Amino acid sequence: MSDTKNFMFLNRRAPYGTIYAWESLEVVLIAAAFEQNVSLMFADDGVYELTKGQDTAGIGMKNFSPTYRTLGDYEVRHMYVDKASLEARGLTADDLVQVEWEDWETEESVDNIVEVVDSEKVAELLAESDVVFSF
Amino acid sequence: MPIEVDGKTLETDEEGYLVNLNDWVPGVAEVMAKEDDLELTQDHWDIINFLREYYEEYQIAPAVRVLTKAVGKRLGKEKGNSKYLYGLFPYGPGKQACRYAGLPKPTGCV
Amino acid sequence: MSDLHTVNKSPFEKNSLESCLRLSKAGSAILLYEDGVYAALKGTAVENMIASAVGDKKVYVLGPDYKARGLADDRMIDGVEVVDYAGFVDLVEANDKVQAWV
Repeated sequence: MSDTKNFMFLNRRAPYGTIYAWESLEVVLIAAAFEQNVSLMFADDGVYELTKGQDTAGIGMKNFSPTYRTLGDYEVRHMYVDKASLEARGLTADDLVQVEWEDWETEESVDNIVEVVDSEKVAELLAESDVVFSF
Repeated sequence: MPIEVDGKTLETDEEGYLVNLNDWVPGVAEVMAKEDDLELTQDHWDIINFLREYYEEYQIAPAVRVLTKAVGKRLGKEKGNSKYLYGLFPYGPGKQACRYAGLPKPTGCV
Repeated sequence: MSDLHTVNKSPFEKNSLESCLRLSKAGSAILLYEDGVYAALKGTAVENMIASAVGDKKVYVLGPDYKARGLADDRMIDGVEVVDYAGFVDLVEANDKVQAWV
């Protein structure tokens, strides 16, 4: 019997304007230490968390967008992005950061665990998670 | 409590971490190690330098598990375990090494 | 004289921008800042709101907020003007009052 659960972090807020995005990221970093299956979902304004080229020097806030790129090292296997949310915001997968994943034992690797999926798939993924954390 | 490094006074928080990351110079690690009665070797510096590079790239201090795996990959499998890291940094690789490297305390580290 | 209207909420999350544009007079200055800057990007579902507003209103974006969010200057809707913090102050000064659409 396994105690491993499928955790889904649902991110629906833009970074910087509110604290939700950063809080979610911190909880993800902590959750990963408990060896659970952690996946992230980005929908609505949450897709803005992953945009490339963020530069917060001018607003005096920490730029935490580079931190998403290390989530593969924290054993996060999936980062899903809702396609409809992305399109409504004039963005494509090319506008988003890439996150590598590698199994350091077997050296099996995935170049980019960020995956754009349609709404039907989003619903399916949320439904099949054991726990959904909403931010 | 502030620390004296290269003739400058640098601010630290109540747990001894640098308040301002940009204050860091190699002398910070030297001074902190001396207070802990630890002599820094190249093995220590390999970890400190790795931590600084990791922070530069990802803007966080890595969790111990991530650090262990990364060290094993970068510096050789025989070093990628907590026994080796605790041997170098007896107060814990996350806490002590991050402190020497001028990084904030790793997220989720108690 | 005219008023300065500020919008700091994402147009996808709240209707602040929509109400601001609907309820402000021609000749008004509109400043998008914080999460309000997302409205200035081309190719979005709300592009038309800003594109049609620039005809009779002056629309500004706070540059540091736009840049912080990884949005590219060359993808900003035509007619929108970028201001820095000093420019924000100038706008406050140049208008009768500031109305914040929070």
